[in-house]
Amino acid sequence: MSIKALAMRDAFLECIHQQMKSDNKIFFVSADFGSPVLDKIRNDFPTRFTNVGIAEQNLINISAGLALEGFKVFAYAIAPFITMRCFEQIRVSLALLSEVRPLNVNLIGVGAGYSYVVSGPTHQCYEDLTLIRALPNFQLLSPSDHISAALLFEGCVSSNGPKYLRFDAQVLPVIYDSFKPKISDGFHVHNQGKKMCIVATGFMMHTALKVLDEISKEGINVGLIDIFNLTNFNANKLDSILSSYSGLITIEEGFRGRGGLDSMLFEFSSRRNIDIQLLNVGVEPGYSFELGTRSELHEKVGIGINSILSQIRLFFNKI
Amino acid sequence: MNNNLYNQNNALQTKVLWVWKETLAIHLRAPETRLASSLSVIEIFVALYYGEILNFNSSKPLDETRDRCIISKGHGSICMYPILADLGFFPLSELLQVCKKGSFLGGIPDPVIPGYESVNGSLGHGLGVASGIALGLKTKKKNQDVFVVTGDGELHEGANWEAIMFASHHKLDNLNLIVDNNGISMLDHTDNIVSHSDLVARLSSFGWDCEEVDGHDVITLRDVLAKQKITKNGKPKALIASTLKGRGVPGLENAPLSHIINPKPELIESLLKNLDDRFLEYK
Repeated sequence: MSIKALAMRDAFLECIHQQMKSDNKIFFVSADFGSPVLDKIRNDFPTRFTNVGIAEQNLINISAGLALEGFKVFAYAIAPFITMRCFEQIRVSLALLSEVRPLNVNLIGVGAGYSYVVSGPTHQCYEDLTLIRALPNFQLLSPSDHISAALLFEGCVSSNGPKYLRFDAQVLPVIYDSFKPKISDGFHVHNQGKKMCIVATGFMMHTALKVLDEISKEGINVGLIDIFNLTNFNANKLDSILSSYSGLITIEEGFRGRGGLDSMLFEFSSRRNIDIQLLNVGVEPGYSFELGTRSELHEKVGIGINSILSQIRLFFNKI
Repeated sequence: MNNNLYNQNNALQTKVLWVWKETLAIHLRAPETRLASSLSVIEIFVALYYGEILNFNSSKPLDETRDRCIISKGHGSICMYPILADLGFFPLSELLQVCKKGSFLGGIPDPVIPGYESVNGSLGHGLGVASGIALGLKTKKKNQDVFVVTGDGELHEGANWEAIMFASHHKLDNLNLIVDNNGISMLDHTDNIVSHSDLVARLSSFGWDCEEVDGHDVITLRDVLAKQKITKNGKPKALIASTLKGRGVPGLENAPLSHIINPKPELIESLLKNLDDRFLEYK
C-alpha cells in the first residue's frame, strides 16, 4: 500500500497542529505565508498564532522574544526571505543569544532550490545551506519527502536551540513509505553500492534515485545516502561508511563550491582523514532568468539527470 | 512634598552624580568603552532602577517576576555597570576589570552580564525582541512589564518600525519604549544625516502613547515612567527623553563626533577631582 504524497509543509504543520492541542507552549509565527493546514492552526489556536506581515526581520525578533518567555516557536516564511532578509536578526537574536539562553525557535523555510520554478531567482533559494551552516548553535534540516519532514518534528519540539528546516515547495514522491530513517543518525543509506557513493539532500534525492536507476543499466552500482541533518549527524557512522568508498559525489540544489553540502563533506572527509576523491554536483554559480520546467532548469545549471550522469561516468573512470 | 518623597528625590539626584562619576572612572580605566552615549542615558537608567519603576531581583536576575529591561543601545550603556554592581547584580570590585581578560564586563555589554537580557549593541534589534517578550507575557497572562531603551540614531534601522507597527496593532500596553534622544549618531547630528525629528508625532501616528521630557530631569523621568507603567489603555508607551550626548564633559557634550572622541585622561581626572563643585551645581 503506498502513502499519498503531501507537501512537506503540510505534513509538518499537521504535526504542529496536533501537538498544539496538548502543548500550550507552542507558538506559531508567520510572515504572511500560509497553507491549508495553517488555516487550522490559526482558527483553532488564535492566541498562539500571529502573522507579523511581510516583515521577516520582525518575524525573527518576535520569535526570539517569545522563546525567551519559554515558548517553543515555529516561524514560517518563504525560504530565501526567512534566511536572507533577516540574516543578522538570525545571527544575533537566535544563534548568538542561544549561546547563553535556552531558546527553541524553528525556522520553516518553504521553497528550497528551484522549487518555485517559474518565480525566478528572487523566490528560488541556492544560498541558504551555506548561510545557515555558517552559524554555530544552529541545526540545518533538509528532508527529502513529507514523511522524513514530519519525522523531524519530534526533535524540533523537544530540543532547545535554533533550527532551520529547508522544505521543498512542491509535492514530492514518497521515499520513506515502507521503512523509516533513523532520525538521530541524520542520514539514511538507501543503497550500498560499490566504489563510489552519492550523498544528496532534499529534492536532489529524487534526482539521485533516477541517476542510480540509469547508471545501473550500465553495470555501475553507486551507493546513495540521503542526508537530512547537515549539522548534527552521527559522524562516526558516516565516517566508517564513507571510508569504504574511493569516490564521493555530493549533489545539492544550491550553488556549487560556495559552502553548502559539498564544502561540508569536503571538510568532513579531510578532517577525518578519509581517503576519498570528491565530485561536487551543484548549481553553477550565477543567476538566471530563463523559464522552463524544473528538470530543464536543472540541466541548464549542471544538476539535471543527464548532466549528472555524464559527470559520474567521467568520475567513475578516473577513480 | 512629604519627607519620603523629598528624600527619594534627593537620593535619585545623588545617584545620578555617582553613576556619572563611576562611568567616567570606568572610561578612564578602559578607554575602549563608549563614553559620550553612556553619559546621555544616566538619568533614564537611574529613574528605572532606583525610582521604583522596575521590579528586579539582583540575586536572581532572570526571576520570572521581574520586569524585563532590554537595553538596545548596548554600547551606550556603560553607565549600567556601576548601577548593576551597586544594586548587587555583581560585586563592585568587578568595575575595576572592565575590558580586562576574564571579566564579563566588555566594551559592548553582552548577555553574560547579570541583568542584561539579550544581545545588544548591534542596533535596532531590542524593540522587536521586546515586542515578542511583551506578546509572550500577555499570552501567558502575566503582569510584568517590558522596558526597552534605544538611542535615537538606531531608529534609522527599519526593523524598529516593523516592531512599532506590530506593538500597537497587538495593543501591547505592557511595552514601554524609552528613546535616549541625544540627537547624534556616530558621524553627525541625526537631523543632518536622515532626520527623524518630532518622534512624538511619528510614534503617535503609529498608535503609540507618547510623552516627551527633559531626559536629564531624573524626577520627571521617574514620575512619567511611573504613570506610563500603570496606564493600561491598549497602547504601547514611548517616552522621548531629550538628552545631551557626552553630558557634562567639555568638548564632548553635544559634539557631532562625540561618539568617537576620547577625552584626554587629564580632563577626566580633573572632572572627577572637582566633583564636589558639580554636585553643588546639580543641587
